[in-house]
Amino acid sequence: MRKVKRVHVVITSGSLLILAFLFHLIDMSVWKDITLIAATFIAGYFIAKKAIQTTMMKAFSIELLVTIAVIGALSIGEYVESAAVTFLFLFGAYLEARTLEKTRSSLQTLMGMAPMEATVLENGERIVKPIRDIDTGDHILIQTGEKVAIDGKIISGQAFINESTITGESILANKNIEDQVFSGTMIDHGYVEVEAEKVGDDTAFSKIIELVEEAQESKAKTQKFLDRFANVYTPGILVLSILVLIVTQNFELSITFLVIACPGALVISTPVSLVAGIGNGAKNGTLMKGGEIIENLAKIDVLVFDKTGTLTKGEPEMTGVKAYDRGESELLTMTAEAEIISEHHLGRAIVKEAKRRGLPLLNEPEEFTLDKGHGLCATIDGQSVVIGNRKLLRKNEIELPLTVETYAIDEEEKGNTAIFVGINEKLAGVISIADQIRQEATSAMQHLKDAGIKQTVMLTGDNKHTAEKVATQLGIDDVFAEMLPEDKVNHVQHLKVEGYNVSMVGDGVNDAPAIAAADVGMAMGAAGTDAAMETADVVLMTDKLDKIPYAYTLAKATVRNMKQNIFIAVGTVALLLAGVLVGEIFLASGMFIHELSVLMVILNAIRLVGYKQRRRVKQKQRRTNTAVI
Amino acid sequence: MKTIKYQLEPLTCPSCIKKIEGKLGKMNGVEEAKVMFNSSKVKATYDQEQVTSDELKATIEKLGFPVVS
Repeated sequence: MRKVKRVHVVITSGSLLILAFLFHLIDMSVWKDITLIAATFIAGYFIAKKAIQTTMMKAFSIELLVTIAVIGALSIGEYVESAAVTFLFLFGAYLEARTLEKTRSSLQTLMGMAPMEATVLENGERIVKPIRDIDTGDHILIQTGEKVAIDGKIISGQAFINESTITGESILANKNIEDQVFSGTMIDHGYVEVEAEKVGDDTAFSKIIELVEEAQESKAKTQKFLDRFANVYTPGILVLSILVLIVTQNFELSITFLVIACPGALVISTPVSLVAGIGNGAKNGTLMKGGEIIENLAKIDVLVFDKTGTLTKGEPEMTGVKAYDRGESELLTMTAEAEIISEHHLGRAIVKEAKRRGLPLLNEPEEFTLDKGHGLCATIDGQSVVIGNRKLLRKNEIELPLTVETYAIDEEEKGNTAIFVGINEKLAGVISIADQIRQEATSAMQHLKDAGIKQTVMLTGDNKHTAEKVATQLGIDDVFAEMLPEDKVNHVQHLKVEGYNVSMVGDGVNDAPAIAAADVGMAMGAAGTDAAMETADVVLMTDKLDKIPYAYTLAKATVRNMKQNIFIAVGTVALLLAGVLVGEIFLASGMFIHELSVLMVILNAIRLVGYKQRRRVKQKQRRTNTAVI
Repeated sequence: MKTIKYQLEPLTCPSCIKKIEGKLGKMNGVEEAKVMFNSSKVKATYDQEQVTSDELKATIEKLGFPVVS
């Protein structure tokens, strides 16, 4: 209602200005003045009202300045000036609000995705409830075309879900029983019953919105500098305008000086770029947590990656087993029994394979000890079992015969991780496990290089041969194998000491210390892991590596946009002030140019809302080139 | 202590941040007042025994910023 009113006021006073111009053309000066005064009062009413409101609250406002200027203009008979200033002020504010909405639109589209109600199954009955009344443990029914209102696990049914609100990818995900669904996503087709695990503000979706909101508020270094600058600038201008008044004895000139010098465009120049940049990222599945992070990210020259779960899919599979002294099945059974309580992804691969082969896993491990980064020791059915890398076996005084070593190296050169199993202080077998490299990893590395990353580094706890194989396949510059979590941290710190701006990419769990140590920490695949979302500076919502070059180029584009905006803002203010002092610019024309600069700054930032990475074009070109070859 | 969020009409001039934060922050019982300029929201933490949500809302509106929700 209020908005409509403002538009009407702008239209009415604008029309009156045109009418006055027509009266001017046909030389009806009395009518011209009456129309101009009417226009001044109609638009001026709203400005004066706000000026009085804020003055009553003992706060200073630009509206007060404009009101004083307009009263001044009216009293000396400058009706054109007074009407134009009031009109331009309201029109400018209206356009500003409209265009600012565009820079903020990414977040608003996201927020609009939040569902308001959900169908709850209670004693076989379907009840539609508002989301605030839903508790954890409730059974929620979601059908084709409906939005998911909670985070939870599917307990029955199957559906294809569009998770673009969380991941930025609009490829449909096929979800079955036991799969996780997230609030804010939409069932494209299918039907599922979900048990609510997180509701309301705890859902991943609410967290994302809150993080984006906070990120948009957090300031960049440049902005903090500008704020400090404005603190000096505004009083400075105030003093200057008083000086202008004393020297020239011209009240109008000093008020013009004051109104025009209001650092509107300057104050808004960096936040609009940041908001648009952060909004674009959020919509495309990369959450950058604030202005300072964007500035740091744009400066990164070394990217450090963890291997497993980051460059590879993190879902390793067993590719071979070699048993010595006993049967393959017996070896696999004992290893799986020992690994069953380990959370390690390599251990899980062995258990998975044992189950697939239908091996009975009956014995429970006793005296279970975990040697972080090396493996584990346990007792199975009275026999001591050691599972892990060479170091662990040597530590337990288990000898590796040369033939076994040759076999293991051979497996590793093929890209497998070799796991040694020792039973009763004797080597019993070697299990080969391979993890698939992510499909998009090679192209992501190339795009990063194209975008200006100087060096890519891979740090892994895995063995040297496998690590080198993966690094060669991906074109990674440096590779460091057999590293423990603390080694990763040391390496990141070492790079920083050397003067590089370092970003560490990991899957957020074992890499957390290194992520925290880097200038910019990036976590992969946030949906569901709160810890990763909270510790990392940049969260890649999808498990896709190609979001890294996207985030990097977007950060660079945002910083570039910020600089352009500062240039526009500072340039305009300088020109205007000079114009006022030499008597070429008056209140109305000054206000016009001032508003124009504010709009230019916002419009420039809007370009970021629609920013898409240029690499897609390049990728296409490359594909065509390859096709031609 | 209670934290409340007010949604305002789209904010345009960042000078409103100082205005609202300054005035709300000075009110008795208000521990923290934060204007989220880009999402046009005001987040306030206050002591319910000293000040009410309606009083906070009235102050924001008196400054010339209608509260939407």
